[in-house]
Amino acid sequence: MRKSSDFEFDDLQGLLHFGYGKLTDTCFMLLNIANVDAAKRWLDKAPVSRAIKTNPPPDTALQIAFSVQGLKKLGVSESIINGFSDEFIYGMTRNENCSRRLGDIGRNAPKYWKWGNNSAEMPHILLLLYAKKGGLEAWRRTVEDEHFSQAFQLLRHLPTSDMGRIEPFGFEDGISQPTIDWTCRQSTDLHERDRYSNLLAVGEMVLGYRNEYGQYTARPLIDPRKDRYATGLPNAEDDPTLKDFSRNGTYLVLRQLDQNVPGFWQFLDKVSGSVPEKREQLAASMVGRERNGTPLIAEHIPGISRKDHGNHFTYDLDPTGNHCPISAHIRRSNPRTGDLPPGVTGFISRLIKILGFGQKPEEDLVASSRFHRLLRRGRSYGPILAPEDAVKLDAPVAEHGLQFICLVANISRQFEFVQNAWTMSSKFSGLQQERDPLLGNREPLMSGESTDHFNHPEPSGPMQKTCNLPQFITVHGGGYFFMPGLRALKYISALPANGSDHSS
Amino acid sequence: MTPQSTFMITATVRVGQLKNLRALLASMNKVPGHADPGNSLIPFSRFDRLHFARFVIIEANTTHEIKEFGVRPRPWRPTLAFLGDIDGDTHAFLAELADHADSGLRKIFSHCEDFSEENQNLLGWMNEHNINPKANYVNWIGRTVKQIHEEAALHQSLSAYLQKIVDDVGRENIRTLRQKLLSYVEMEKYQGRLTLSPPEPTLTEWKVRNLLHKVGVPLTLLLLSPLLLVIAPFFALRLRMLERSDPELFIRPDYKHIEELSAQEDWDVSNQYSVFGDVKPGLFRLLTFKFILMLTDWFARHVYNRGFLARIKTIHFARWVFMDNNHRVFFASNYDGSHESYMDDFINKVGWGLNLVFSNAVGYPTTKWIIKEGAQREHAFKYTQRRHQIPTEVWYKAYPGLTAVDLARNSRIRQGVEIRQSNDAEIREWLSLI
Repeated sequence: MRKSSDFEFDDLQGLLHFGYGKLTDTCFMLLNIANVDAAKRWLDKAPVSRAIKTNPPPDTALQIAFSVQGLKKLGVSESIINGFSDEFIYGMTRNENCSRRLGDIGRNAPKYWKWGNNSAEMPHILLLLYAKKGGLEAWRRTVEDEHFSQAFQLLRHLPTSDMGRIEPFGFEDGISQPTIDWTCRQSTDLHERDRYSNLLAVGEMVLGYRNEYGQYTARPLIDPRKDRYATGLPNAEDDPTLKDFSRNGTYLVLRQLDQNVPGFWQFLDKVSGSVPEKREQLAASMVGRERNGTPLIAEHIPGISRKDHGNHFTYDLDPTGNHCPISAHIRRSNPRTGDLPPGVTGFISRLIKILGFGQKPEEDLVASSRFHRLLRRGRSYGPILAPEDAVKLDAPVAEHGLQFICLVANISRQFEFVQNAWTMSSKFSGLQQERDPLLGNREPLMSGESTDHFNHPEPSGPMQKTCNLPQFITVHGGGYFFMPGLRALKYISALPANGSDHSS
Repeated sequence: MTPQSTFMITATVRVGQLKNLRALLASMNKVPGHADPGNSLIPFSRFDRLHFARFVIIEANTTHEIKEFGVRPRPWRPTLAFLGDIDGDTHAFLAELADHADSGLRKIFSHCEDFSEENQNLLGWMNEHNINPKANYVNWIGRTVKQIHEEAALHQSLSAYLQKIVDDVGRENIRTLRQKLLSYVEMEKYQGRLTLSPPEPTLTEWKVRNLLHKVGVPLTLLLLSPLLLVIAPFFALRLRMLERSDPELFIRPDYKHIEELSAQEDWDVSNQYSVFGDVKPGLFRLLTFKFILMLTDWFARHVYNRGFLARIKTIHFARWVFMDNNHRVFFASNYDGSHESYMDDFINKVGWGLNLVFSNAVGYPTTKWIIKEGAQREHAFKYTQRRHQIPTEVWYKAYPGLTAVDLARNSRIRQGVEIRQSNDAEIREWLSLI
């Protein structure tokens, strides 16, 4: 047990701790390194924001993350690179299998992406700038000093806009977030976490700490005897003779998701016979929340008042999805399952559950949620288009979407798993012919079976089926980045010009 | 009821023929690793009793790992294995195979030692080279391929019809809805568009053998229990000694290897898994392994034969086979979902079971009291299972697009057609499945 103040927040980039919601103006840049020395000089002085709380809160923030190509370009050694996960090294578009699993097929296929479609040519650096309303220009001038323009080439400016807490379809977003257990007050033991908990081990989000398995996620460790520049890096917690390059760092997953806002509302309007209440109901059941963020759950959750329900609920009382359809976006992205199905009261019932007895055929089909959580830090883009306007056939044409960002310690177990097994799977939790109603592509299975349905289970019996859903969200780009801790950033900026030889 | 059985024909590949054999097997595929069901060598879809089949070239890529135990690796030559899961008797099925795919099989097996393409008794040779698993798991004993197809057609047809009538009849009018659906099924059956064949009678011989096995194993264990009780403390002591001293191999699999495996995966909703490795050295590990597999087999046959293996409902078929005079073990399964979710399901839901079975194999992460830790050492486990996995050259599934959960649901829908629900709640539940 340790106190929150003991945590090395001063070595973490702030995004792991804050969403910077008050800093409404943002500028996300994809950069290539044009001049390595200038880049290092800039990095050395860059005002990267740390995860420490300040009073008053900051007016600006700067965060930085590297692709594997960026790390290589800056001279990070092959042995460090090889310590990262395959997903990071080979990227989001590493092979066709990966694209099949992530649902990046059909219109989502990497060949149609605007950026990131070629792992070998990934932009080197992702720079995230945040500022208070109206403060962005000044902040950019500070960050983009003379070294900056010499060091980098701007490849792409990812659009973002301030939409408050509302995402482009019109729903309040960002409600479900894990709470990171900075003080390690919760056990990760498989036998003590029957029920869903929103509290999550630090090692699920930050590298170099114990994860929900009580283990250290594989990561690059350095023998300081072989690399004299490594002395300033933190020690590996599980082996103090080694230095941990990744400690206090995290993987940053970025996906540019185009949202067809008029398409979404016009389709809903059509299938609900242009009855606004019906349209709202259907939209809410696809999302799993009303537009104001209220989740569609059975009303009585013991011990929690209804106004606190936003992120404090489970689906235990709604196993068949009569309130919140199983396929609803928020239920797929976080099914809020525990290690054991509900109903464990003592040793005998626990044993019965562990051995798989006493279950209905469609129960207990979903993995335990705590191993598959994402810390989301995305920002929307495009002009605000209210649903009431979006349904009109002459709705203004514009690009809307989400720069989806999530931070995870294990890309394959967290982001890729959620994307593959939960949101994109047409067989999630025993469902039929439906992918995520918002996020899903509508490509049929190899057997020809369609996947463009949305089923709302009804207590009366037959499901309410909505068929021929168009695709509402299209992937326009994506990539995996590493967001290092502050000491690792110092290590990178201090690397000698010839990166291949670090030995003293 | 028609029980399921297995076949697994293995033979050493002739020196110098590996490449040709690979190319020949690849010619059966539609996409990497997936058989074209109507391919000319073995037109799998012609065999209506065949659930799953695969060709694997078993290579001992990880055999050097046993050196960590101070044991010299045994020589192993690449071996072709042709295995499948079928309805009814193995020998009858092999005869059918020999009848309908004679030339294709001859062409394939001619790459193996002691087989000549001409003047060889194919059926006799296959029977001779068939090996039985030490443990076998069937998702639902008695559910035939024919039944699966008939029930899938029933579901599809009911689903379309219900969609058509539900608004006119009214969602709340469940009894009328049911009546209409039932008459529709009768009509479709009469028109020959739907068939619901009654189950075949169960062979008395199988029933007797099954009962003997069901009673025999626990009875033997009961009789031996005094002896087992005496052994138990020594077993526990020795187990903990080994668990502490066995080397743990933390070796990350080569990315090329992962690429090769994943190229075959996630085309359908189900995937195949073939894994091959060494049994840990020593009689203790071998006997423990055999004992655990005997229990696994018993539980699979008599307890877990109705759609779930402990908490796992995504495995269609799985088997464990000892090879190389009990020095090596081969495991094959057919599962729903992608590889990563299969493994996560395993770790979180049945890590204990996995530890029980696989902790006796070289490379498995360290366990504690045989059921604890092990698979929960996430990276060590995920690395070792991928490292020991071998590519499947050709894989066939008779019902693409259907998961084991789908199959179980379709059977429940059919049951609702044949057995009248007694109350409204049951009718609603039945309607909600369609």
